[in-house]
Amino acid sequence: MDDPFILSQSDGRPMYLQIIEQVKLRISVGDWPPGFALPSIRELAVATKVSVITVKRAYQELENEGVIVTRQGKGSFVATTDKLGSRLREQEMEEHLIKAIEIARSEGLPPDELVRRLQSLLQGRKK
Amino acid sequence: MSKQLAIQLAGVSKAYPHFRLDSIDLQLEQGSIMGFIGPNGAGKSSTLRILMGLIRADQGEVRVLGHRVPDEQVAARWDIGFASEDMRLYQSRTLQWHMDFVKSIYPGWDDDYAAALARRFDTRPGQTLKGFSHGQRVKAGLLLVLARRPKLLLLDEPTTGLDPVARKEVLNELMDVLQDDGRSVLFSSHNTKDVEQVSDQITFIDRGRVIASQDKETFLERWRRVRFSAAENFAMPDLPDVVETRLNGRLGSVITGRFDTRITDGLQNAGATIQGVETMTLEEIFVTEVEASRAEVTGAAA
Repeated sequence: MDDPFILSQSDGRPMYLQIIEQVKLRISVGDWPPGFALPSIRELAVATKVSVITVKRAYQELENEGVIVTRQGKGSFVATTDKLGSRLREQEMEEHLIKAIEIARSEGLPPDELVRRLQSLLQGRKK
Repeated sequence: MSKQLAIQLAGVSKAYPHFRLDSIDLQLEQGSIMGFIGPNGAGKSSTLRILMGLIRADQGEVRVLGHRVPDEQVAARWDIGFASEDMRLYQSRTLQWHMDFVKSIYPGWDDDYAAALARRFDTRPGQTLKGFSHGQRVKAGLLLVLARRPKLLLLDEPTTGLDPVARKEVLNELMDVLQDDGRSVLFSSHNTKDVEQVSDQITFIDRGRVIASQDKETFLERWRRVRFSAAENFAMPDLPDVVETRLNGRLGSVITGRFDTRITDGLQNAGATIQGVETMTLEEIFVTEVEASRAEVTGAAA
């Protein structure tokens, strides 16, 4: 099997998070449609040269999030949830927004000001 | 049912005039890779030699692939591939001669795999070992072991002295071995970067003692550096399981090998503001573990 992922050594995040992100990316661009059979944990580990235990952890978290389902003895599949791809993209956007809220809070920026800045950025985009 | 163990060391000790392996406990599940990390002279090679039955332990129990070592080491050795830097290859003979020699002894030898490895490792079978560079010699040694397809690979510093390209080739081959979930790898290194990506299990050894042995994800998950800011003259609260504390001006950090909210709550209750909770690389964890372990030994001796 070819390595389906682009993993970065200089990315400061733990490797399992990178794998989770790459799986979600494959799903959200439509390469891995609902019901798609994911590579087995061992296959993916060998292909990406990342340890079995790390891939196992990534699959477990993806399962907890409802992104994939694992059937005993059959392997893991992309969940058949309605519009999973766009849901994942929305989720990613929300994570960025939460980050912005956290920075605003730590800088003492009032919520109104944050909303105002978002609006002005949106205005700037429209032009 | 729990998985079968490829390696099991329990309370293994061995005394040398100026060094002592001290009650080594080690377990490696079948189908996984263990990175065995320690500074030079920590006891890595001695441990591997005990597993091979090349050295007899003074105390403790050694089991390899279910066989007791050294009593049943002959049975075990058929399925073990051992490679170390001082492997004896004949300088005046070609790599092909060595391949034929190993093939004549081990029935599991795989000609196609051997040829593929020679290509991937960029080593010419027709060349005599004399003409090999250090890196090619190391790779030749590995080729001779890998092509037998042993159930357990014991590799002593397989990546030391290799250039980045060769190192990657070797690590890739180790991962390929794992395609078969009945095969296992134990490899030693003093370079944590080699070990970090491919290993399922991590063991740290220093001065003859195992100071940590765990699955890698649990390892990385438990260690955190917490950065905080605080008022001047901040009094550090008593925090559980903190191995390193730094406070300089209004900024400080603590490192813990058992992170949970007690650390962040403790700091906040004392008036500090948390600036960030960071994961650590295996290298940072290793250095911290070694320093903490040495401090403990010195403290106990004082």
